[in-house]
Amino acid sequence: MAHAREHSLLVTFASTHDALAAEKTLGGQGIEGRLIPTPTTVSSECGLAWRSPASFKDALAQALAGLAYEDLFDMERC
Amino acid sequence: MIYLNCAATSRQRPACVGEAVMRAMGACGSYGRGAGSADLDAARMVFSTREKLARILGFSHPDRVCFTSGATAALNTAIRGLPRIHGRVIATAWDHNAVLRPLARLADERDVRVDLVPADGGGGIDREALASLLGEPADFLVCTHASNVTGMVCDAAGIIALAHGKGVPVVLDAAQTAGCLPFSMEGLGADVVCVTGHKALMGPTGTGAILVAPGIDLAPLVEGGTGVRSAEPRQPDVWPERLEAGTLNIHGIAGLGAALEWLAEMGVERIHAREQVLLERFLAGTDGIEGLERYGSFGGTHGAIVSLNLRGRDAYELADMLCEDYGISTRAGLHCAPRMHGALGTRSRGAVRFSFGWFTSEDDIDASCAALREIAGL
Repeated sequence: MAHAREHSLLVTFASTHDALAAEKTLGGQGIEGRLIPTPTTVSSECGLAWRSPASFKDALAQALAGLAYEDLFDMERC
Repeated sequence: MIYLNCAATSRQRPACVGEAVMRAMGACGSYGRGAGSADLDAARMVFSTREKLARILGFSHPDRVCFTSGATAALNTAIRGLPRIHGRVIATAWDHNAVLRPLARLADERDVRVDLVPADGGGGIDREALASLLGEPADFLVCTHASNVTGMVCDAAGIIALAHGKGVPVVLDAAQTAGCLPFSMEGLGADVVCVTGHKALMGPTGTGAILVAPGIDLAPLVEGGTGVRSAEPRQPDVWPERLEAGTLNIHGIAGLGAALEWLAEMGVERIHAREQVLLERFLAGTDGIEGLERYGSFGGTHGAIVSLNLRGRDAYELADMLCEDYGISTRAGLHCAPRMHGALGTRSRGAVRFSFGWFTSEDDIDASCAALREIAGL
């Protein structure tokens, strides 16, 4: 199976709970994306991260304002 | 068999609880240990159960609802983990051994002074003695919401306000009230609430939780893997992982989640009202039985628990007769609450405890009253 690498956004969290809370909120707001294992390129701390297509940049930034998260990365390849 | 030992566990549970456990055993992966679909399903289920538990206990911080194996583990976590500056802790005569024993160990090993608030003549918490004990600095107060011996419910809001007035945080042991007495952690002002999942919350055994208010510092009792911040040498300071080292009881939590959904639909107020009907019926049905002594007082808010003795009968003998001759399960002894029995004057003989729940019927109550009448007449 081919794995396309595309420009995407990545959100990291301090806890699994925060990641799940974000999934619930972001999904509820129609922001496309899903939880993935945190890539070691951004953190070696394990856990879950949220990945969205780059096209959701503004909506994601806005939604994250009310959520507990650590960092938002703009990933060229993820 | 008539099960009147609901203060020990909810033997009968809504069918959805067992079904949820079985479903989880067949489908769920681990919490916070992977991003595959089975692991995410487990994680979402745990997340949702935290939210349900926070909601039913009136707490707006589900991230600070940490799952434990029961109230005992939760209480040990609180007692061992709260900061100790003054080297002094206050507890009460109502407390269970899940409180008294870890406190005794603290006293032995860490030189912590433990002062116990005695019970008053009616079996209640002696408020004057409490106020007096709060006159000296203390690290925290442990308060049992409802006695597992008498069923009496304390004025938790008043006690917490009194303690907070002296800057003392309060750990509330809600093992006997969560799920059968409507209350809100935030309404009461409790700093830490410890619950078990398998009593009135109707979940499986092996489930429970500790709810820790924001601003309360609490060191973990157990350290280990959390699935996050794995490179850190110490337990990470993030909630709820801080208090959840090791693999969670996913299957049990799935059952608890189903039970909480059932409870929310049913309404804790309705369950409390139902239990009050059963309690009143039992009290009326045992009134006037010669030689029967009930313990505590029944005027105020009360759980569906009555402890008693029959003159001339050892508590163990009475419980055994009820079981063998009438098929009624009760619990004899000290109920892991030796101080409470000391206050009631039953430390040496114990008592027989009858406790009721949602699934107890009027017929069960009538049968137990009739059995007591018959035994009393033998």
